[in-house]
Amino acid sequence: MEYLPNVIFAILLVFGIGYFARNVGRLKRNIFLGKDVDVSDNKPLRWKNMAKIALGQTKMVVRPIPGILHIIVYVGFVIINIEVLEIIIDGLFGTHRIFAGLGKVYDFLIASFEILALLVIIAVVVFWIRRNVIRLQRFLKPEMEGWPKKDGNLILYIEVVLMLLFLTMNAADFQLQQLGSAHYVQAGAFPVSAFIAPLFQGMSEANLIMVERIAWWLHISGILFFLNYLYYSKHLHILLAFPNTYYGKLRPKGQFKNLEAVTNEVKLMMDPSADPFATPAEDAPVPEKFGASDVKDLDWVQLLNAYTCTECGRCTSECPANQTGKKLSPRKIMMDTRDRLEEVGKNIDLNKGTFKDDGKQLLDDYITREELWACTSCNACVEACPVSIDPLSIIMDMRQYLVMEQSAAPSDLNNMMGNIENNGAPWPFNQMDRLNWSQES
Amino acid sequence: MSSELKVPTMAELFAAGKQPEVLFWVGCAGSFDDRAKKITKAFVKILNNAGISFAVLGTEESCTGDPAKRAGNEFLFQMQAVTNIEVMNAYGIKKVVTACPHCFNTIKNEYPGLGGSYEVVHHTQFLKSLLNDGRMVLEGGTFKGKRITFHDPCYLGRANDVYEAPRDLIRKLDAELVEMKNCKKRGLCCGAGGAQMFKEPEKGDKDVNIERTEQALETKPEIIAAGCPFCNTMMTDGVKNKEKEGEIAVMDIAELIATAQDL
Repeated sequence: MEYLPNVIFAILLVFGIGYFARNVGRLKRNIFLGKDVDVSDNKPLRWKNMAKIALGQTKMVVRPIPGILHIIVYVGFVIINIEVLEIIIDGLFGTHRIFAGLGKVYDFLIASFEILALLVIIAVVVFWIRRNVIRLQRFLKPEMEGWPKKDGNLILYIEVVLMLLFLTMNAADFQLQQLGSAHYVQAGAFPVSAFIAPLFQGMSEANLIMVERIAWWLHISGILFFLNYLYYSKHLHILLAFPNTYYGKLRPKGQFKNLEAVTNEVKLMMDPSADPFATPAEDAPVPEKFGASDVKDLDWVQLLNAYTCTECGRCTSECPANQTGKKLSPRKIMMDTRDRLEEVGKNIDLNKGTFKDDGKQLLDDYITREELWACTSCNACVEACPVSIDPLSIIMDMRQYLVMEQSAAPSDLNNMMGNIENNGAPWPFNQMDRLNWSQES
Repeated sequence: MSSELKVPTMAELFAAGKQPEVLFWVGCAGSFDDRAKKITKAFVKILNNAGISFAVLGTEESCTGDPAKRAGNEFLFQMQAVTNIEVMNAYGIKKVVTACPHCFNTIKNEYPGLGGSYEVVHHTQFLKSLLNDGRMVLEGGTFKGKRITFHDPCYLGRANDVYEAPRDLIRKLDAELVEMKNCKKRGLCCGAGGAQMFKEPEKGDKDVNIERTEQALETKPEIIAAGCPFCNTMMTDGVKNKEKEGEIAVMDIAELIATAQDL
C-alpha cells in the first residue's frame, strides 16, 4: 500500500506520455502525406531563423502588446517545466522537493517560478479580455466561430487553473513548513503564494497535507491533460513553431517556385528535334497533376504550416483583400488545410492504412474559388505570420490546379492569358508596336 | 521634346558590334499603357541626359509571364520565360534595369532557374547608383518642401526588400517624405498584383486601391509617389475616385527626377 501513489503516478505518466506519443506519430504520418520537398539547403540560416523567430520571438513583438504578453506566457511555460521535472521525480520516487539540496539556488528558482506564474495569470487575463470583452476584429472573423473560439478560451482557462494550482500547492507547503511537518522540507521562497498562505491559517496539519496533495496531483494531471490537448488544439504551435521556422521559406518572398514538370514539357515543346507524334513509352510515368486540389498535392512543409497555425489572425488582419471585405482570409486557408488533412488522416485510420475516396477535396469542399481569386499575391500574410507560415503558396498551388487542370480561370484572366500567348502582352496590342512609344510625342 | 529621345535597340547595337552597359526592360505596361509610357519616357530622358549607354529589346521583348504565373498558368509563364531568356542570352546581356517591379521580380528571381541569370535592378536602384557614382546630378528646387508620400509596391518592397532606394531619391529632391500608416514591410497592396489588374475584383466592401488611397490621403500629400506602373494606375484611379486629382498628383520616381532636372 505504501507504494500505491508512486504506482498510480507511474501509470498516469506512462498513459499520458504514451497517448501523446501516439498522436505525435499520427501527426508525422499526416504531415508526410504531403509531397516531398528538398529543404536541406542552407542549414546555418535555417538554424538562425529558428533561433530568432521561434526561440527569440522576434516577430511576435511587431505588435508590442500581445507580443510582450506572449513572451511572458512563453517564458513562464518554459521555466515552469523545470518544476515539472521535480514533480515527476518526486512522484515516481515518493520524495519531496528533491532539488531542495540546491539551497539558495532552489529558493531563487521557486521564487522566480512563482513570480512568473503570477505574470502568466495577469497576461492570460488580459488575453481573455482582448478576446471576449474588447472583441478584437481579428478574433471575430467567420472562421473563428465554434471550436476555434472555444479552443482559444479553453487554453486560457487551463493556464489559469494550472498556475493557481501551482500557487495553492506552494502556499499549503509553505504553511506545512512553518508547522515543521515531517516530509515537508524547509526549502524554497514563496513571494507570491505567501499571500495565499494566510487563507490556510489555523487549518490542521492533516487538512493542509490534503490541500497540498490535491493541488499537487491536479497540477501534474492538468499538465498531462494539457500535453494531450495540444494535438486537438491550435496550441500545437508550442511544439511545431520550431520545425516550422526552421523549414520556412528562405528565397525572396516574391520568388515562386518554377514547376519542374512544366519545365520538362516546355523543353520538349521548344526542342525542334522532338517528334510531336511520338507515342509515349509504355513504362512512362503517369503525367504529374499540376497544382493542388487536395492536401496530398501540397508538399509536407505546407502541411506542417497548417498544423503550426495558431489562428492568431495576424495574416488575415494584414490581408488587403480581407481588409476590404472580400471572402479571402489567409488564416482560413491554413485552418481548412488542417481540417481537411485531419479528415484524410482519420479516413486512413478507419480504413487500416489506406485512403478511401470520400468524394471530398480541399478545393470547393473547404476553400472556395472566390477566396482563391481574391488574392493579390502581395505577401502581407507571409510577412505578418509570427511563425513563418506561407498561406500564399497554397493559394498559388490551387490556382495552378484551377488553370492548368481545369481551365477554370475567370474569363477576364483567360483573355489576359490569350493575349500574352498571341501578342506577348496581357493587352491586345501587336508585339510589333512595342516600340511605338519612342516615336510618340 | 520626344523627338530628342534616343532609344537604341539591342538589334541596332549588336549590328554595330556594340554592347550597352545595361538593358532597359520596358515591360508591357511601359510599352503600351498610356500612363506608363510617360514613366518610360521620363526614365529614358534621364538616361539620355546622364549619357548612359543602354538599349531596349523593342519588338523582341515579350511579356515576362508574371501575370500568367500569378494567375496559375505555369505553362504560359515558362514559355514566355524561355523565349525571353533565349533572346537575352543571344545578346549576351549581363545587366537589366526595369521600371516595373513585376518584371524586376520575375527576371531577377524566377528566370535564373530556367537558364537566365542577370544582374537585375529596379530603376530606383539604378538611379540611386548613378547618383552615388556622380554620374547623375540632382537638385531639389522644384519639389523643395513638398509633401510626398511613397507607396511601396509589393513586388519591390516585401517581395524583394527594396525600401530605401526610392525613399533616398525622394529625400534627395529636398521634398518632405511622409509615411503612410502602412509602409515598408507592412505596406498595403494597391490591389493590382497577382494578376488582379486584369480582372474585376471579388465582391467586398470596397476596392483595395480605394483603401490604399485613403491611407495616402491621411498623410495630406501633394504628391503620391510610386515605383510601379500598376500601382501608379491604381492610385491614380483612387485619387480620381476621391475627386482629388486637381490637388494631388500621382507620379513615378522617374517622373519626379525628370521634372526636377527639367527634362
